[in-house]
Amino acid sequence: MSTYYSEDHEWISVDGDVATVGITDYAQSQLGDVVFVELPEAGKNLSKGDEAAVVESVKAASEVYAPVDGEVVEANAALVDEPAKVNEDPQGAAWFIKIKLSNASQLEELMDEAAYKAYVDGL
Amino acid sequence: MATSDNDNLLETPLADLHKELGARMVPFAGYSMPVQYPSGIIAEHTHTRESAGLFDVSHMGQAFLVGPDHETTAKALEKLVPSEIQGLKNGRQRYTVLLNEEGGIIDDLMVSRSVSADDDGRLFLVVNAARKDVDYEVIARNLPDNVRLEVIEDRALIALQGPKAAEVMAAHAPKAADLAFMGASSLEFDGIDCHVSRSGYTGEDGYEISVKAGAAEAIARALLADDRVKPIGLGARDSLRLESGLCLYGHDLDETTSPVEGAITFVLQKRRREAGDFPGANRILSELSGGTKRIRVGMKLEGRAPAREGAEIRNAKGETVGTVTSGGFAPTVGAPIAMGYVAPEFAKVGTDLVLVVRGRELPAKVVDMPFVEQRYYRKPKS
Repeated sequence: MSTYYSEDHEWISVDGDVATVGITDYAQSQLGDVVFVELPEAGKNLSKGDEAAVVESVKAASEVYAPVDGEVVEANAALVDEPAKVNEDPQGAAWFIKIKLSNASQLEELMDEAAYKAYVDGL
Repeated sequence: MATSDNDNLLETPLADLHKELGARMVPFAGYSMPVQYPSGIIAEHTHTRESAGLFDVSHMGQAFLVGPDHETTAKALEKLVPSEIQGLKNGRQRYTVLLNEEGGIIDDLMVSRSVSADDDGRLFLVVNAARKDVDYEVIARNLPDNVRLEVIEDRALIALQGPKAAEVMAAHAPKAADLAFMGASSLEFDGIDCHVSRSGYTGEDGYEISVKAGAAEAIARALLADDRVKPIGLGARDSLRLESGLCLYGHDLDETTSPVEGAITFVLQKRRREAGDFPGANRILSELSGGTKRIRVGMKLEGRAPAREGAEIRNAKGETVGTVTSGGFAPTVGAPIAMGYVAPEFAKVGTDLVLVVRGRELPAKVVDMPFVEQRYYRKPKS
């Protein structure tokens, strides 16, 4: 299983042709207390850059964009009832969606952990 | 006040302390201000409701209006505001609004009369940071020759808010305990001269402490040394005032809204209503008797999704009936809440409305404000 990162602070963990997508610890720390998460329905087709989800912190609403093309196979229903999980475990239990990849070559455009860390350090 | 390195933002006298406390600084009304500290907005909000929070509000404008005697100074201000200022007693503070000729609100502000009869003829004003320049220009332009506006540039303003504020304050400034809500006094805090009022903008008991810039950090550190006090940023200041049903200028009030539309008719005292001698009196008095086209209401949303400023308000039939002016998750209520303007026929408590967020219709109900009970300290009648 490999994990990739986007410049929009999403992580994508790939297992076969299914990718689990969430937001990074850096992203949650910037957002502050998360109070609401809006997720797409299973079956929705996303193109890279489409709005995939919305995260609302106390301060503001932020969009989460699809880092790759694919079909949503599952959304994390637990976040609807417990949005604060995004602050507690953003890169684990608080994943957002699972996507069936339709263009795996797009993963090559994303960063690995070391590159993402350097990217965040440079912000 | 000093200028920070980036974007020509101004800094308050507590800028170094905020950085030391790990604050996230953001631009606000031309100042670099703490939006939150590491504990986060919800924890800061809850701490203020349960214990005591320290707020740097030094960005707000402080000024004196100075004339030969109280009556002269009060009359000069009454030309611009609809409140009873002549009848304000020594050491008392009042919330009021500066009005334009159309009865629209230029700014909302606090006015207090000198504590001492020896120093009368002086009113202390606290105005919104983003409106300082506009307010001062309007005030100065309308003053008679014997009353002058003295803008104060060398003082900080620190708010201590919450149910434990009074206990904490008593250890440093015992005289502060004598003040009731909207009372003001000059007193010493650990030997430092301050002007203190028992007021704030969180709905809780508490104080606002005006002090020379150079002594502000000493006061803030003395308060923060108390375990009951934590620093609170602008994020929680906003959620606290929203829950308390208090307006934020530039959002819930602007130059087009009148005090009647804004549901703050308590700024109009009886003598002034009867005399009708304030800017925009024709409009305001006719709205008082005949109603308005829109009025500010509080709304509670049914789900978890918040509706924010700008969200459209619809009635049960799907017709547009208003707009949200402030909204967000309310930590003490435990649900999203909003304020907005609706046509009066939809303003009744219990009315079902719909708030439109990202194309979705979120069910909401009109509710009484404040959303959370205000807990100001009023002296027991003896």
